[in-house]
Amino acid sequence: MEEKKNLSQKEISRRSFLKGAGIASVGAVIATTASVDIKADTKNDSDVIGKNGISCEFDVNGKKYAQKVPPRTTLAELLREDLNLTGTKVVCDRGACGACTVIVDGKSVCSCMTLAIDSAGKKIETIEGLANGDELHPLQEAFVNHDALQCGFCTPGMVMSCKNLLDHNAQPTLPEVRKAVSGNLCRCGTYPHVFKAVMDVSGKKGE
Amino acid sequence: MNSFEYAMPKRTADVFRALESSDSIIKAGGIDVLDLIKEGIAHPQRLVNINSIDELKYIEGNQTTGVKIGPGTTLAELASSEVLSGSYRALAQAAGSTATPQIRNSATLGGSLCQRPRCWYFRNKDYHCTRKGGFTCFAVNGENENHAIFENDFGCVMVHPSTTAVALIALGAKLTIASAKSSREILVEDFFVTPRENMHRENILEQGEIITAIHLPPAAKNMVSYYYKQKAKQSFDWPIAEVAVSMQLDGKKCQNPRVALGAAAPVPMRSKEAESALNNQEVTIDIAASVGKEAMKKATPLSQNKYKVHIFQAVIKRTVCWASDIDPFA
Ligand SMILES: Cc1cc2nc3c(=O)[nH]c(=O)nc-3n(C[C@H](O)[C@H](O)[C@H](O)COP(=O)(O)OP(=O)(O)OC[C@H]3O[C@@H](n4cnc5c(N)ncnc54)[C@H](O)[C@@H]3O)c2cc1C
Ligand code: FES
Ligand code: FES
Repeated sequence: MEEKKNLSQKEISRRSFLKGAGIASVGAVIATTASVDIKADTKNDSDVIGKNGISCEFDVNGKKYAQKVPPRTTLAELLREDLNLTGTKVVCDRGACGACTVIVDGKSVCSCMTLAIDSAGKKIETIEGLANGDELHPLQEAFVNHDALQCGFCTPGMVMSCKNLLDHNAQPTLPEVRKAVSGNLCRCGTYPHVFKAVMDVSGKKGE
Repeated sequence: MNSFEYAMPKRTADVFRALESSDSIIKAGGIDVLDLIKEGIAHPQRLVNINSIDELKYIEGNQTTGVKIGPGTTLAELASSEVLSGSYRALAQAAGSTATPQIRNSATLGGSLCQRPRCWYFRNKDYHCTRKGGFTCFAVNGENENHAIFENDFGCVMVHPSTTAVALIALGAKLTIASAKSSREILVEDFFVTPRENMHRENILEQGEIITAIHLPPAAKNMVSYYYKQKAKQSFDWPIAEVAVSMQLDGKKCQNPRVALGAAAPVPMRSKEAESALNNQEVTIDIAASVGKEAMKKATPLSQNKYKVHIFQAVIKRTVCWASDIDPFA
């Protein structure tokens, strides 16, 4: 009896491993089989990733990174601490200020409230991806021209929210711009300049 | 955040088994779950991620058949849904005025209904309040400006945070709740639990149960609806007062109104007083104002929140007017 149980546990862990490779091809892409840590769950038909995490492939600004992440790692932590992409800022770490805004599969999200593991295999865009070498993105150019930043701490998130708006709506109205940055807190009060910058890029003069 | 393992079921049927292990909780958009873990209020050993289950994401049907919504549908999807632009618009308005654009892209309807209280004492792990198993509600004699003005004499004076619930109650919506063994249906207005009934939970879900669908009944003839929220900050904020109204409107004659209030009590609540003041009336600004007054007659504000009574009166008046296509400022 005991022997049989052991055997079936072994079978399960093998099966679970193979199924782990299955999720990997859809969402998380396993980089090296050696670092895979999928825990066999005997009662369970679903795949469970252990606390130590799993090696995933991340697509950030078109570049692929292989990184092992524990489930509790947020996307903001992955970007800043593991991938050294510190353009994305963390202020409240609770989803309330928008400083950490990035775009995942065409949608703006708070990277502080997104688990890294959920973003594996998706298209992640951060502030670092906007400029082309020394050439600024038109939106960055407009922010500079309109003085749309002071201390600059909210700016990466602010720019990403504006980019997300323009990606979906190239000619927004002023109320649409206001709404698009309603989740980005700027304590320096740069909003009127941000609105002008976005209207400028969209070819409208605003107000 | 404490460490946790991560279950990734691909089908609803697999969720129940993943939930069997104690100390596991469901994670949908994760906005509330991650906040609770970061604050040290929840310490799950396992998150069961239902966010990648496609069969929980849909909006089906129309005003004639009724509409069925998957709990994994995001608030952003609800806010821009074509199906919710007519008689059911209160739900799109409520979803669209919840939180920020970024949060609405992640947060789901199921999670919005099951989020835990936002009372600042509850969210602070240093306050062992009644809802967390302690003996004191710190808000009763503390900072209670945002707290309940109804049902606030039973040991916890928080207001329920769910904005979408307010609209769903006004629309007469139902939930399907399923476990591994069975499933049941319940009206959204009966889903929530007051502190009087049980101090330690906000809804009737048992461990192992999940919401699998949200149903809007077919729209009655000439049905209109509207949701409005008063907040301290213009851009985004939690509500000081929020109100959803639905009714059948024949010309200006109102029938079968449903008026739901959020940020008023420990549960999103129907105001029967408002409903009877509105039923069978020809809606005018004066009638709408009297509906607001009736709704607040039995309010029992706390030391710091009498102002909410006045704000509710105004918000109810405006919401009834806007639902009836009347300019409340005319
Ligand atoms: C800045 C900010 C402002 C906000 N303002 C508002 C506001 O004005 N109004 C408002 O209502 N909310 C507001 N919120 C809260 C936000 O709307 C909720 O946290 C969010 O909707 C939760 O949804 P989720 O999918 O992320 O849920 P999760 O965090 O994934 O889950 C929340 C809870 O629901 C449970 N759950 C999730 N899905 C199901 C299901 N299908 N069946 C059973 N249980 C389930 C989970 O176990 C968990 O307990 C705000 C949040 C932030 C950060
Ligand atoms: S740091 Fe993420 S929203 Fe504030
Ligand atoms: S520029 Fe300083 S916070 Fe926005």
